[in-house]
Amino acid sequence: MEVMQARKLDGVVPETPLDHANPKREQRNVASDHKLTVVPVRKPGRWIAAAVMAAAAIWLAHGIATNPNFEWDVVFANLFEPVVLQGLGLTLWLTVAAMGIGIVLSVILAVMRISENPFLNIPAGLYLWFFRGTPILVQLIFWYNLAFLIPEIVIGIPFGPTFFRGSANDLITPYSAALLGLGLNEGAYMAEIVRAGIMSVDQGQQEAARALGMRPGQILRRIVLPQAVRVIVPPTGNETIGMLKMTSLVSVIALSDLLYSVQTISSRTFQTIPLLLVACAWYLAITSVMTAIQGRIEKRFARGNRTVTTSWSRRMFGGSATRNPK
Amino acid sequence: MTMPMVSAVQVGKSFGALQVLKGIDFDVELGEVVCLIGPSGSGKSTLLRCINHLEKIDSGALYVDGDLVGYCRRGDRLYELKEREISVRRSNIGMVFQRFNLFAHMTALQNVIEAPILVQKRPRKEVTSEAIALLDRVGLGDRLDAYPDQLSGGQQQRVAIARALAMKPKLMLFDEPTSALDPELVGEVLDVMRSLAADGMTMIVVTHEMRFAEEVADKVVFMDGGMVVEEGPPKLIFGAPCHERTRAFLSRII
Repeated sequence: MEVMQARKLDGVVPETPLDHANPKREQRNVASDHKLTVVPVRKPGRWIAAAVMAAAAIWLAHGIATNPNFEWDVVFANLFEPVVLQGLGLTLWLTVAAMGIGIVLSVILAVMRISENPFLNIPAGLYLWFFRGTPILVQLIFWYNLAFLIPEIVIGIPFGPTFFRGSANDLITPYSAALLGLGLNEGAYMAEIVRAGIMSVDQGQQEAARALGMRPGQILRRIVLPQAVRVIVPPTGNETIGMLKMTSLVSVIALSDLLYSVQTISSRTFQTIPLLLVACAWYLAITSVMTAIQGRIEKRFARGNRTVTTSWSRRMFGGSATRNPK
Repeated sequence: MTMPMVSAVQVGKSFGALQVLKGIDFDVELGEVVCLIGPSGSGKSTLLRCINHLEKIDSGALYVDGDLVGYCRRGDRLYELKEREISVRRSNIGMVFQRFNLFAHMTALQNVIEAPILVQKRPRKEVTSEAIALLDRVGLGDRLDAYPDQLSGGQQQRVAIARALAMKPKLMLFDEPTSALDPELVGEVLDVMRSLAADGMTMIVVTHEMRFAEEVADKVVFMDGGMVVEEGPPKLIFGAPCHERTRAFLSRII
């Protein structure tokens, strides 16, 4: 590199060697320049990919249509069975409630983790360590069997007055065990998402707010969290979709969610595959709705930030991102 | 004799082993415009940030409007202030940053009215009409509903000045307000600052705009290596600097 530069400076390499070597360049017909046609670059890879994918699609569609074991009539007959719809209702409710608990808990945990007070950030760290470090299935069974560990739940001041006293067997139903298990676990995962969101907000924002005389709580509420939401929403959508499917674990503690209720039918009729397809159809349908809602929320919080957003169909089926026009 | 607006007495500040301020002495009188100049790393910005307690000083004393920054004196004891009390004092000092730091999720108008409503608890209606007048004054009366990313750097910085003024501060701090701007946008920000100075606002400006300093400042303070090398009226500092270091710096920059 150095040698080249030195030679250039000396004038050994002529500046535009091509012009001298190819005098014909000067003789082009200027008058006809505007009539030239542009030949776009050929993309044979696209056509090959299209052919391969079309063949695969035909093969798949043929298999699905002609294989009698799918029993599509059974699928459609059971899609709106009252038992299935009841299971679906429980699955939806558990998803919403557990995510609600998780989100509220996660904001508290994230703020504790960021706090300089060691009596707040260390306990929050321990919480995350425990709930992320043990399988959710184990946690669900543990909460369900809490009565073996603590037969009586007492809320009050130790050695002082009692405000509440109740039998753990009555309080911990399969239902509350599921909510506790899923919600507390989700809180631990979401806490890291919220923390990442808070840390993504430029330090200068907090500094400007402090310089204006805002107090730490006000800065968090008015300046930091509203901007963190933009970063928090996409992974939260992911977590919600994950939660929808994670609720199927509650069938181990005898709660009749969507999966459990299709299994009650198939265990009677032995139509395992078509009834699993019923469950899949519902899970897919709800995931699609959630994806659409997520897109809406993202657009809402993109205010003041020209961010790259993706359309609903692209989010569903992939494709390249488009810039949000403003 | 009245107390100066800002008074620094042997102010020292270190970041770990690095001593950034090594005993700074300087005063700013009410209504005075003081420009802090000097090479980067000389501690100008740090000194500015200490004045509104964004940084805590390690030694010496710093008075703003007669109050010891960060402390409250009762008898012969100094009590460290709580964050809440520091916030109250900070709300009397406006600050403008190099990188504007407008709240990205708020429009220009929302940026300006946020703190007066939230911190000073003033009625929204009154604050809003004042904010519109302020934005008009900095030449942005037609961009009230624009988000920061829809504004140019110069426009953002003018909103930031309006935002600081909305708190009716007794003192304005400017931390290299034009350093992040494209050259053709510097003028519009300096014009706003010039008119502020003409209105009698007490201002401390860290700047590399020597012509602005020469024209507007009542006093120029040259800092190098965490110390005040020399200070005086701009004519003296730019025309006949006493110190070799000042001369060397000015010859490099002009």
